[in-house]
Amino acid sequence: MPSSKLLKHTEAAIVPREALTVNPAKTCQPIGAMYAALGVHRCLPHSHGSQGCCSYHRSALTRHYKEPVMAATSSFTEGASVFGGQSNLLQAITTEFSLYDPEIIAVHTTCLSETIGDDIPQIIGKAKAEGKIPAGRYVIHANTPSYIGSHVTGYSAMVRAFVDYFAESTGRRHGKLSILAGWVEPSDMAELKRMLAELGAPFILLPDTSGVLDAPLTGRFEMYPEGGTRLDDIRLMGDSYAAIGLGPFATGAAAKLLDTKCKVPMNILDLPIGLSATDRFIDKVRKLAKVGVPDSIAKERGRLLDMMSDMHQYTYGKTVALAGDPDQLAPLAEFLTDLDMKVKYLVTGTPGKSFEPRLEELIGKAEPGDYRGAPADLFALHQRLKSQGTDLLIANTYGKLIAHDEDIPFVRFGFPILDRVGHSDFPYVGYRGGMRLLEKILSVLMDRIERDAPNEKFELVM
Amino acid sequence: MEAAIAVLEGRRDQVKAVGPGALELECGKPSLAGSVSQRACVFCGSRVVLYPIADAIHLVHGPVGCAAFTWDIRGSVSSGPQLHRLSFSTDLREGEVIFGGEKKLYAALSALIEEHAPKAAFVYSTCIVGLIGDDVSAVCRRVASERGIPVIPVQSEGFKGTKKDGYRAACDALFELVGTGEGEAPYRGDPELADSPYSINIMGEFNLAGEAWIIRKYYEEMGVRVQSIVTGDGRVEEIRRAHRARLDVVQCSGSMNYLARSMEERYGIPRRQVSYFGLDDAAEALYEVADFFKEEPSIMARATAIVARETQAVQAAIEPFRRDLEGKRAAVYVGGAFKARSLVKALRLLGISTVLVGSQTGNREDYEALAAICDPDTVIVDDSNPAELSRIVRKTGAELFIGGVKERPIAYKLGLGFCDHNHERKIPLAGFEGMVNFAREVHASALSPIWSLVRA
Repeated sequence: MPSSKLLKHTEAAIVPREALTVNPAKTCQPIGAMYAALGVHRCLPHSHGSQGCCSYHRSALTRHYKEPVMAATSSFTEGASVFGGQSNLLQAITTEFSLYDPEIIAVHTTCLSETIGDDIPQIIGKAKAEGKIPAGRYVIHANTPSYIGSHVTGYSAMVRAFVDYFAESTGRRHGKLSILAGWVEPSDMAELKRMLAELGAPFILLPDTSGVLDAPLTGRFEMYPEGGTRLDDIRLMGDSYAAIGLGPFATGAAAKLLDTKCKVPMNILDLPIGLSATDRFIDKVRKLAKVGVPDSIAKERGRLLDMMSDMHQYTYGKTVALAGDPDQLAPLAEFLTDLDMKVKYLVTGTPGKSFEPRLEELIGKAEPGDYRGAPADLFALHQRLKSQGTDLLIANTYGKLIAHDEDIPFVRFGFPILDRVGHSDFPYVGYRGGMRLLEKILSVLMDRIERDAPNEKFELVM
Repeated sequence: MEAAIAVLEGRRDQVKAVGPGALELECGKPSLAGSVSQRACVFCGSRVVLYPIADAIHLVHGPVGCAAFTWDIRGSVSSGPQLHRLSFSTDLREGEVIFGGEKKLYAALSALIEEHAPKAAFVYSTCIVGLIGDDVSAVCRRVASERGIPVIPVQSEGFKGTKKDGYRAACDALFELVGTGEGEAPYRGDPELADSPYSINIMGEFNLAGEAWIIRKYYEEMGVRVQSIVTGDGRVEEIRRAHRARLDVVQCSGSMNYLARSMEERYGIPRRQVSYFGLDDAAEALYEVADFFKEEPSIMARATAIVARETQAVQAAIEPFRRDLEGKRAAVYVGGAFKARSLVKALRLLGISTVLVGSQTGNREDYEALAAICDPDTVIVDDSNPAELSRIVRKTGAELFIGGVKERPIAYKLGLGFCDHNHERKIPLAGFEGMVNFAREVHASALSPIWSLVRA
């Protein structure tokens, strides 16, 4: 039955490939910039490139969130690619302010406009000089050529751009902690806010897609849903007494800039996925904000630990294959290791030197037979799973093509998820998120035991 | 109606209500920079047309995004190979953007052909390839001669026009294949028709949810041989021999007319434009072909029998749906204007009037034909955007929206039913049985109890 129905073109034999990416474990920078910009209130993401880029990114985000995704484009034509995209962007700025009334237009570049060499700050300056930017309205930019980095670095570049354009240091510190959110779901952003409120630590979260990409059905179409970080709050980040970046790939650049530009001391942590990483997050907030950890949070931790202990015989020794983004994979691998599972295969498409060392700190060096592809693609992962198998696969929706072929229990995690709901609504971060993740993992592992059990071993109580 | 169509100054001529005079809708122009357009690019157009050819390599030459975003998103079903469902990309990095990507392209193509032994390879140029000046054609020629299969460049740089220009680039690529096959490929259909002189190409049909198989079944039942389907469940060897068909039957006006015209010029193959959506159009699509082969009267006799049998069955099947749906109002916004026309007619069959209809890529003739079958006051739009669509939808009081992936959540937010008539549809909507599916889907969504729970 593992008949290789879908991807029967995958062979177990591994041929080294240099020039080719097959079934990528990443996508390009601009979509990350678009997602980050959606996490700022009344911000209209703008794709400076061909129409297709914007259309693809909106479609991909729409499939993942099942929400309208508003973004505009410079609609490059042949002429723009010869003479530069300045007139398109100027026209677009006028159109967008008059038609959509955003507070901020967040321009990100594409491979096309980068290669042409459009100078975005110069064009923004020209727009300003020509009075195309109304008072109290802003145009900002991030450089996100598609041939560098991945969707994750695109997100990082846009978060950094918000800090760059808006964070100000007045020299008067306030009592709010700046939290830079890595690329997580609206549900995760909401959970971060809930935990911080529970801890009693005043904060500013940037970006914040909760209330934007998980908006309720009201019978009205809202161009700008009510969520998103407020511009005034981004300004205030420059006067925070400290900042925490959650995930070095997605937030490191912004945290560093906040430090150098506004002298806000930076702390870069793993995303709080799983018990240990959440411990580190809570502990850091506790120390920085000088707050005690309330009983409620201690109980959440205790409940996650309780679930881990209740079920550890089902996780013991299970081999796992992971594919996704570095900021997620590191703490996820750590959580699985805490559960006595064995992360045997791991693939990310996002290049970056810091990832593997961090992974080694968290889960140790790769053992013979292990595979850590960073960067690598899902085809490479598939080939290894075809020859060696695994007990569990955790990946975005594309992982199901592998799971289906190889008959592997599968948990959806990461971006994009194109075929299930829940990720926008129920978090994976924090202790409660850890419980949801563990529940998902146990469900597929235990479903598999039941599916394969002979009648006499098909047990009521597990 | 004037209030309903208050729009952005620069788009005034792209939104019109059907009235007594000529429509004079402006169209075919690039989107206004800065509008939240629902349109895509040249690459997108080429990719969707060629994608269903299942035994070819589709290599996207460019940064990873263009390949990642078109990986297995279109439900073009294949009865055999699934090569088209993999994502192949040269994943160009900064170094190649500076020093050129030809070497990488050559290595990628060679490796892929070695590994998968495809029948052909398509190499899609993306925006950046148009700028860095890679000689993609030269690389393709070299690999073709080394590997002995067609390796075809697709000139689909995103910025070189609209999605429609991408269709044309895809047609150019296909036209390089057509006519290169010797003799006949083994016939995949009804063996009794293997040697039939009455042969057609089904063109502009992409086999979403298996629709091409439904259409093929009708034609074969009529006694007509299906030489090739371009491109649904497509096979290279069949497309290489498409020039041996006697008639090109073309659906989806934008995407394939260009290829059909080229085939007419070079091979003298006549073409007929059809649509398979809705009872009338599906029937007409069969009659067109039967009429072409009138030298063999049994073909028309069988077509008539199929239409009579299916129409009766469909009418009986949709009657309960129609009773419930009578008097509802729909908004239609789809890729092509020709399809929009079929939809207006199919909706009318269900007792639903269309109050807003538009497309991303229609031309003037399309829109005039559309206006001719619409009720007075129906608003017609070209290249719309979400704000405009949602405003007009509300003003016109539509209760059902028919569109694609980007329109779905907008419709739901407004509390409207929705039917996906784009590439994410999961059930076949073409042909006679497709009409029943369409009626069921519209019924399911437009009359869902969920909408009564929305308090606007």
